[in-house]
Amino acid sequence: MKRVYVNEKWCLGCHLCEYNCAYANSGLSSMAKLKGVKIFPRIRVEGDDSISYAVSCRHCTDPICIKSCISGALSRDENGTVVIDHERCVGCLTCVLVCPYGAVTQDGEGAAVKCELCLKNSSGEPACVKGCPNNAIVYEER
Amino acid sequence: MDSFYKYVIIGNGTAAIGGVEGIRSLDKDSGILIISKEPHKAYCRPLISYYLEGMASPERMGYRGDSFYEDNNCTLLLGRSAVGIDRKDKRVRLDDGTEVGFDKLLVAAGSSPFVPDFKGLSSVERKFSFMTIDDAMAIEKSIAPDSRVLIVGAGLIGLKCAEGLFGRVGSITVCDLADRVLSSILDSDCAKLMGERLEEKGIRLMLGDSVSSFDGRKALMNSGETVEFDVLVLAVGVRAETSLVKDAGGECGRGIRVDENMRTSLSDIYAAGDCTEYMDISSGSVKIMALMPNAYMQGHCAGVNMAGGDESFDNAIPMNSIGFFGLHAMSAGSCQGEARTVSNEDGVKKFYIKDGRLVGFMIIGSTARAGIYTDIIRNRVELEPNELEAVMENPSLYIFGREKRNSVLGGVV
Repeated sequence: MKRVYVNEKWCLGCHLCEYNCAYANSGLSSMAKLKGVKIFPRIRVEGDDSISYAVSCRHCTDPICIKSCISGALSRDENGTVVIDHERCVGCLTCVLVCPYGAVTQDGEGAAVKCELCLKNSSGEPACVKGCPNNAIVYEER
Repeated sequence: MDSFYKYVIIGNGTAAIGGVEGIRSLDKDSGILIISKEPHKAYCRPLISYYLEGMASPERMGYRGDSFYEDNNCTLLLGRSAVGIDRKDKRVRLDDGTEVGFDKLLVAAGSSPFVPDFKGLSSVERKFSFMTIDDAMAIEKSIAPDSRVLIVGAGLIGLKCAEGLFGRVGSITVCDLADRVLSSILDSDCAKLMGERLEEKGIRLMLGDSVSSFDGRKALMNSGETVEFDVLVLAVGVRAETSLVKDAGGECGRGIRVDENMRTSLSDIYAAGDCTEYMDISSGSVKIMALMPNAYMQGHCAGVNMAGGDESFDNAIPMNSIGFFGLHAMSAGSCQGEARTVSNEDGVKKFYIKDGRLVGFMIIGSTARAGIYTDIIRNRVELEPNELEAVMENPSLYIFGREKRNSVLGGVV
């Protein structure tokens, strides 16, 4: 399957991916509306002044989050994408407790959210990849 | 023998479903019989409190899709109990007198509520346990907006029941012999924060106190106080269902003893889930870790091995994530070793370090990315003291170094 991959050599640490992610998943009509609003991006840039890189769901081949989910909200779709059924999530955060990469986070209501490769939102393809100015984030088969 | 299945599973909870998926990862065809005491398809047991709260409905509580049993070619026997295992002839005896033969057996019988022999308990008219969806529905039927509810036990089950009932009843009192709430997963400092949140909401806590005797709608407490109530919920604890394996001669402690392949001491008989005891690698001791994630992983592991594969589940640790009224608590591993506390505006993190390694943590509030800690404990990741320090302050992949980061972020994991 195609996944989002990150090359820290090219990451500028600009955090644009976080904004593009938050916008793509916000349902808002304009990115400008994110100004001053607390955002809940599903990709996070971490590192220091010299090294930076973005972390999002790895769509693991053997996802411990799915095995651990207490409400049956997490599953794998037909493409292998690890997805969350928002309606079934009760916000217990067991997935946050077990994800080795810290890639599951919470939305404003406390429910678990994670990268779903923008396949279900208005972007249609990973917004972090589309907006990365230095091609540090790519979407491909490896 | 009345029927034969290559695989027989006693129980129909998380471990059983893990077992089916483990078996089917290798063996797509052979018959599987699932014997379920509860008259329901597998459902997400921890959701019963969310059901009371109105956040989950029975139709949406299924652990798997409606066609799971059909899709996986499983025969589901609902409302039937296994009453004996004949290990020589490889048969399970059911409560209707019939016998089922098996080639491989998975005992995933779970646990049942432990009800102490309280004096006068039989005089209490409306008393419940809180373990099953039927319990939750029965409680729901018995409450009214002005009901006074007494919950005995301030552990995970008792407090989740309290949260579920909050706003639907007149008053809630929770008592526990322990001096703090959630004593199995939190120390006094962390438990204090959670206890305060519950009390702010108006839940009355009576800690270090329990019921000495009941008289109808009155509970006489050890402290001498009398608590009047309309509905009683007993959430003192649970007992692993060991009897089937024990009676068949299998090794049991407080739970059915299993190795890292989920084999019991009896050949061709496996066990998984809340009925088992097994190695906690964070403390190095064998214990019952009745947790949903572990139950699934144990079940899956058992299933693979039953189908002739080779899987081990050899990095189990206790771990819990649970929230009450918006305040979240997480804990994992053991609390042996030296404690180190990190506080920030989001909450408190308490870490336990033994021989230079992170072996456990407790978090109230600041739960973001806690899985990085869980993974360090489960996989016994060795870190330099400065790296450990950095990750305790700020959980990130930074400390793992470029090579590991590149393999995680640039490869398939």
